[in-house]
Amino acid sequence: MLTVEGISTYYGNIQALKEINLKVEEGEIVTLIGSNGAGKTTTLLTISGLLKPARGRVTFCSRDITGVPPHNIVKMGISHVPEGRRIFPQMTLMENLEMGAFSRTDKREIKNDLEKVFHIFPQLKGREKQLAGTLSGGEQQMLAMGRALMSRPRLLLLDEPSMGLAPMIVKEIFQIIEEINSQGTTILLVEQNAQMALKTAQKGYVLETGRIVMQDNASSLLENDDVRKSYLGE
Amino acid sequence: MFVQQLVNGIILGSIYSLIALGYTMVYGIIMLINFAHGEIYMFGAFAGMILVVFYDVPFFLAFLLAMAFAGLVGLTLEYLAYRPLRRSTRLAALISAIGASIFLQNLALLIMGARPYTFPSPFTPRVYQSTLLTISKLEIIILAISFLLMIGLTFFIQKTKIGKAMRAAAQDIDTASLMGVNVNQIISITFLIGSALGAAAGVMVGIYFRTVTPTMGLMPGLKGFVAAVLGGIGRIPGAMLGGLLLGIAEVMAAAYISSQYRDAAAFAILILVLLFKPAGLVGSAIQEKV
Repeated sequence: MLTVEGISTYYGNIQALKEINLKVEEGEIVTLIGSNGAGKTTTLLTISGLLKPARGRVTFCSRDITGVPPHNIVKMGISHVPEGRRIFPQMTLMENLEMGAFSRTDKREIKNDLEKVFHIFPQLKGREKQLAGTLSGGEQQMLAMGRALMSRPRLLLLDEPSMGLAPMIVKEIFQIIEEINSQGTTILLVEQNAQMALKTAQKGYVLETGRIVMQDNASSLLENDDVRKSYLGE
Repeated sequence: MFVQQLVNGIILGSIYSLIALGYTMVYGIIMLINFAHGEIYMFGAFAGMILVVFYDVPFFLAFLLAMAFAGLVGLTLEYLAYRPLRRSTRLAALISAIGASIFLQNLALLIMGARPYTFPSPFTPRVYQSTLLTISKLEIIILAISFLLMIGLTFFIQKTKIGKAMRAAAQDIDTASLMGVNVNQIISITFLIGSALGAAAGVMVGIYFRTVTPTMGLMPGLKGFVAAVLGGIGRIPGAMLGGLLLGIAEVMAAAYISSQYRDAAAFAILILVLLFKPAGLVGSAIQEKV
């Protein structure tokens, strides 16, 4: 479904990604783990079009999407939940969800999808008029994910959904990720919480200073000594 | 006397509000003080005057055409002077804005010459009087148009899909683009609307003082900027409130202190706001976007 071939992305003169290759098949949860600054977020930003790679190619559903502006990539079916949630704090919860459906015009279907989002995230229901900036961290994460689902993505990019959240809520978020996946959305998950990520995903990539250094089934990575030492704190 | 001055202040202030909106809307999205906004206002006034005086276009039609024309000038200005610098430092864009301001003013001087043009008021010079208040028909019309435009803008920003996209882009431009918002388009629309409102102010000031000149945008441009800062730059309700307060303060200073202190009052307010409440009246603590 998604193929990333040899992308190199720069911030000015600094090379953040060095010829990254990765593949996500339809229906999978694939995770990208690695320490701070390894290039996980940069990889997602390059896929969703906010950054342009200097070299390499991104293909989605057999279309070359390299260099396509982000607002067109959403329309093709990739939705990105950015790091730090990035909800619109001065807009209401409902307006945030409406923004998620910005590229769509099918009003009736949008309404159905709103219901679905409230079904997946019952905590959001009844608070449609609340300003999003006043929600708790966990609720903001749910809103950001709900907002991303409102574009009806085929592929969902999740950047650190567990960041700054209490362990109980992290668990809940990961359950929801599995639920969203079981309803047919493919997921590319970036996480520092490697343990949770590898337990949830089928496949994993390990990123180190801009390079993919390991790739395997998630269960094998969980058993791998290097991964255990570097990322699982054992 | 006081009520009279208050009303005079509101009339002047509603003009400042319209100008301030252009500054604040643009700043809200691309963090740029568009110092050429005063020239857009002047272009609007000239367009209105030329249509009415030279081509006998009915006033309200000329008014709308002037708004449309200035909107296009603003859109072009963004495309030529600011868009190429989008990824540069904010200082580079600011310098470009000052350059654009000088260019547009001199362009007007070149085309129209330095002499002032008369812009006759299309309304019968009727005056309504009561014990508290004297107000002319023209002043009532200026008030009505200003408030209608501000109500219309508020509705547009709050309720329409494009308005919501503008708000989203002002809060977080990258995330807005991840939602499917074409950010370049939103920036163009912002310049279009802000410039059209500036032109509306320009035409109304033109008929109020019955003159238009190529340098007429300088002072109102600065005052509109002060009003936007006073309200909290980037905040649309702030610009409306800031404009009204600035207008009232200026008229009060002229009435009760000395009319020579009129402009001084405006800039004293700017200094005080920057010293004591730099985020403005409606602004919250400054949030640096990460």
